[in-house]
Amino acid sequence: MISIYTRRRMVNAINLTFSILAMLFGLFWLSWIVLTLFEMGAHALTLDLFLQMTPAPGEQGGLLNAIAGSLIMVVLAVLVGTPIGIMAGTYLAEFGQGGWLAAVTRFINDILLSAPSIVIGLFIYSVYVASVGHFSGWAGVLALALIVIPVVVRTTEDMLRLIPNSLREAAAALGAPQWKIVTLVTWRVSRAGILTGILLAIARISGETAPLLFTALNNQFWNTDMNRPMANLPVVIFQFAMSPYEHWQELAWAGALLITLSVLGLNVLARFILRR
Amino acid sequence: MTQQSTTAKITLQDLDFFYAQFHALKSISMRIPENKVTAFIGPSGCGKSTLLRTLNRMYQLYPGQEATGAIMMDGVNILDSGQDLNVLRAKVGMVFQKPTPFPMSIFDNVAFGVKLYEDLGRHALSERVEWALKKAALWEEVKDKLEQSGTSLSGGQQQRLCIARTIAVKPEVVLLDEPTSALDPISTARIEDLIFTLKEDYTIVIVTHNMQQAARVSDFTAYMYLGELIEYGDTDTLFTTPRQRATEDYITGKFG
Amino acid sequence: MDNFSSPFVTVAKPYRDPTDLYKLKTRKTMAASHLASRMKRQRIVDSIFRKIAWFFTLIVLILLVAITLSLFLGSLPAFKAFGVNFFISTEWNPVKEKFGAFVPIIGTLTTSVIALCIAVPVSFGIALFLTELSPLWLRRPLGTAIELLAGIPSIIYGMWGLFVFAPFFAHAIQPRLQDTFGQLPGLGLLFDGPLMGIGVLTAGIILAIMVIPFIAAVMRDVFEVVPALLKESAYALGATTWEVIWKVVLPYTRIGVVGGVMLGLGRALGETMAVTFVIGNAHQWHASLFMPGNSIASALANEFTEADGELYTSSLIALGLILFLITLIVLALSKILLLQLKKHEGKAL
Repeated sequence: MISIYTRRRMVNAINLTFSILAMLFGLFWLSWIVLTLFEMGAHALTLDLFLQMTPAPGEQGGLLNAIAGSLIMVVLAVLVGTPIGIMAGTYLAEFGQGGWLAAVTRFINDILLSAPSIVIGLFIYSVYVASVGHFSGWAGVLALALIVIPVVVRTTEDMLRLIPNSLREAAAALGAPQWKIVTLVTWRVSRAGILTGILLAIARISGETAPLLFTALNNQFWNTDMNRPMANLPVVIFQFAMSPYEHWQELAWAGALLITLSVLGLNVLARFILRR
Repeated sequence: MTQQSTTAKITLQDLDFFYAQFHALKSISMRIPENKVTAFIGPSGCGKSTLLRTLNRMYQLYPGQEATGAIMMDGVNILDSGQDLNVLRAKVGMVFQKPTPFPMSIFDNVAFGVKLYEDLGRHALSERVEWALKKAALWEEVKDKLEQSGTSLSGGQQQRLCIARTIAVKPEVVLLDEPTSALDPISTARIEDLIFTLKEDYTIVIVTHNMQQAARVSDFTAYMYLGELIEYGDTDTLFTTPRQRATEDYITGKFG
Repeated sequence: MDNFSSPFVTVAKPYRDPTDLYKLKTRKTMAASHLASRMKRQRIVDSIFRKIAWFFTLIVLILLVAITLSLFLGSLPAFKAFGVNFFISTEWNPVKEKFGAFVPIIGTLTTSVIALCIAVPVSFGIALFLTELSPLWLRRPLGTAIELLAGIPSIIYGMWGLFVFAPFFAHAIQPRLQDTFGQLPGLGLLFDGPLMGIGVLTAGIILAIMVIPFIAAVMRDVFEVVPALLKESAYALGATTWEVIWKVVLPYTRIGVVGGVMLGLGRALGETMAVTFVIGNAHQWHASLFMPGNSIASALANEFTEADGELYTSSLIALGLILFLITLIVLALSKILLLQLKKHEGKAL
């Protein structure tokens, strides 16, 4: 017969050991992934990667068109998505008190936030690609923008809600109209937070593959015409990695490393801004 | 007594206030004299802050809050729906419990309100900012760092910055909502001195939970309890020979 | 006579020079008219600003309606052609134009359940370690690492799964599973079949590795907000670390913990790339977790651009609609659960 005390001690020891093992287990897989990525990617990380187009099977090449396409689409998606996201988030936090629109939109934004990104791609395909009849850069931009919007809405609202009401009252007490209170006071206070939200949204869409599959598709050549299919890193990585050609797979790893580094960089930058 | 020279700046007539269903102010009628300091005292929840916030209609930021009755200022009822809120707030400034510097430079903080109403040139604007900071007894401390953020100042300095920001607009009435409750004793003393000098130019209404403060800075004091105005009179009389038993209990510390 | 509470008996007006008053008045009225026009302008700008904000908010609302509507209209042909059969048929034959969603639906659910079964306890252990056990100097770097890992694009997990994990799994783990669990009656069916490395179980494991950082980061965040005083008072009664966690921290934070698990579930259900690489993309149904299967998202990723024929496309869009509805239901359930928890909490206190 073990005493209650000993049993409690044993349960404690077992569970705490489990906790340490869980940490090691998690770290084991995650560091394995990161190490693989660096090993395979660094191997193919050459200057040609940034100077040459995606190759046909059996030829040498780089990822220039895919990198450019990704940059263009991400930038445009952010330009389209953030104003909508910031204004809607501002409405939820500043104007919509008690109104039906704010309450409904808040719930809907949660739905959009958790909607699978491939469904977003499917939607843009149905309403845009299918009606114009071809895949295009613009379709990719729209799909990515749809992912940006709910992220920015959420962070903007959260950040604005952190501001004490006394600050709004102080501006209102001076007779400032609401748009000035918002633009000159509350936006400025939460500048860092909103910017962080945008950076995290960029990080998120930089690695998104699924919504681009049926929208921007891919393009083996250099293209800046937004009305034609556009190469982009995630889809190129997907196609090359799934291919039987070894040099394509190598390029895929290099691309994967590139994306991961930029996503990690954006995350680190976001933290840095928020901490300051 | 020298009260003959006082004019009523604000006259409240049967003012009632509701937070949705809750009847927070019950038929308040009073006159607030010009160029004097009037203090509202009473236990927390008595409606003194609510009353203050009707004077610049601050409550209108929140749906479901409503005031009825009349608040006459310069011959117009400021509760009329036709009243321009922003113009009203240019005339009636307000300083809050906690300092509320905006996230911009000291200069821009003070210029913020001015720019809302007047198109002053650079030079005139700097003159106005300097004037307001001097009035708020802050100029000497900040004149070399006007470009620094307003949030970099100490708590007491921040509160004087907020006072400077309020008077830079040249209001006629200044509302102070427990302006020293978040400050240390030395900063409190400086703000109280400031209130004393400011009443030459402004009608001042102050809410305070500190009876000594009311006795020190105000000319008239109103004691409120449960949304009602129990007693209102000149400060000396109210504190030495209160007419109401309730007031006496409160100021002697038997209650509240 | 009057009902005013007045500090002064008579209200005497101070004497003012009439001309002075006149000057004052003209100056004031001029200023007033200027001010009035200025304020009018401000009001117009104000209402424009408000309208823009309102309009953009409406866009967000319309987006959801549009997504639901377009998916629904797109999937109508498939629903018309197959009816309820669409949900229960395991047949997926583009040549004969016969489509049933059973395999991908089950694949999506199975992989997500496997992922949560692994990820939730591991994440809990990690969060526990990070908040209670870790030496102080390790807390920040480990916590940051976990958060950063949550940001790695899912396609990386998929590639790693295909090129590194699957061969390792087939070689080192699958034989052992088959030798142990595979011998059990009944349960053995789950571990039957050839050792290919890819398949439903592999997809579930990759998903688990992917969502661990998400869930662990949320759990750590909510564990950290537990007031130190609360924990200290439990320790003061002589509770062990585990008892403090299990009986004080977890009940206190269960709303946040549920939120974190639901977040992970949402991720797992909708994940495309981490699954597509390793699930095998086969539309046959097998009881064994070792066999290749399919999930809704990976079926879409693989087949949609190549689908020809209205019925094929429509069936794929119907899959998308089903996936959307599943995540919607999970979200709604988690909201209801959170509300319930909050209500109970109110009663308990």
